[in-house]
Amino acid sequence: MTDVLVIGGGPAGLSAALNVRARGKKVLVISNPLEESPLWRAERVDNCLGLPGRSGQELLAELRRHAASAGVEFQEGKAQGALPSGKDWYVSVGSGMVQGRALVLAAGAVRGKPLPGETEMLGRGLSYCATCDGMLYRGRKVAVLGYSVSAKKEAAFLEEIGCDVRYYDRPRTAAILGANEVEAVRVNGVEEPVEGVFLLRPAVAPGNLLPGLAVEKGSVVVDRSMATNLSGVFAAGDCTGGPLQISKALGEGQIAGLSAAAYVS
Amino acid sequence: MAVRHVKTEEFDGLMEAAPLAMVDFWASWCGPCQMLGPVMESLGEQYDGKVLVAKVNVDEEPALARRFGVMNIPTVVFLKQGEEFGRKTGAFPAEVFAEVLDKAQ
Repeated sequence: MTDVLVIGGGPAGLSAALNVRARGKKVLVISNPLEESPLWRAERVDNCLGLPGRSGQELLAELRRHAASAGVEFQEGKAQGALPSGKDWYVSVGSGMVQGRALVLAAGAVRGKPLPGETEMLGRGLSYCATCDGMLYRGRKVAVLGYSVSAKKEAAFLEEIGCDVRYYDRPRTAAILGANEVEAVRVNGVEEPVEGVFLLRPAVAPGNLLPGLAVEKGSVVVDRSMATNLSGVFAAGDCTGGPLQISKALGEGQIAGLSAAAYVS
Repeated sequence: MAVRHVKTEEFDGLMEAAPLAMVDFWASWCGPCQMLGPVMESLGEQYDGKVLVAKVNVDEEPALARRFGVMNIPTVVFLKQGEEFGRKTGAFPAEVFAEVLDKAQ
């Protein structure tokens, strides 16, 4: 059990975590590998005041080092969901679960619309979590639609446990087909019969992560203290809307971190 | 016991005898299932004597998981005298499940 759980290890999440530490509270950051961050792919960043000309990779690595040196703890993995438990919050990560007294959402902007068939086929052969549902597909043919850097690893896990895997790396177009349950995928125009589909994105959309969270046009609704409509839950960075920039993320992260620290005090 | 762990051979007898039941299909290697565990416990206490709150381990009872076409876990199936009348896939707060139970009572 930690004081504050932060979901997301980009500028907003790291800034929140650093500021929780500045108030003497324990903080755990749940994050994808750094190279999953969209900032990782920015060759040159010129609008971060006082730090011109750095690459996204340099900035991210430096932010991470700073947070780690302040005593921020890290756990690599994808947050699959969060639930309240009394006054605390549970977050499921891979095959485990972590617990905290407050939550900061800083998982970035979830890009892209749902795929054709996605909403209809959830629970009918479509899964977002290889470690959760893989075992139910042993000996069966499944498609993995990989949109994240860890997707290949998850596809390898499915193969290891005995699934017959068709892996698609960041397909240009994809649809999930079937009447009552998944029967096939159509990827880049080619149809392939499968019994299951694993759709692996870098992050779960905030509204799906936290049932009941107020979201407007894809952005988490927050007040000036970065509080959401759920008690003990704060949000910062790209997930609250644009501009999708480092300075904005750092500032919002700071407020969210201080608010979360005050909440658990 | 608030939450009952059910095996394949006793499943039908228990469910047919229950006016209302909810069954959580789960496994130990599933993070969201672990998160749902305490929610099921609290519902088991809240509805003690009114609703059979049960758990089925899909690793130990694969036949039941297949019979109910469970393709994601956690999946919670609602039954009236053994007949399914609804299901929810994924982990949700207790009130989401309570709403289904209250409507059905």
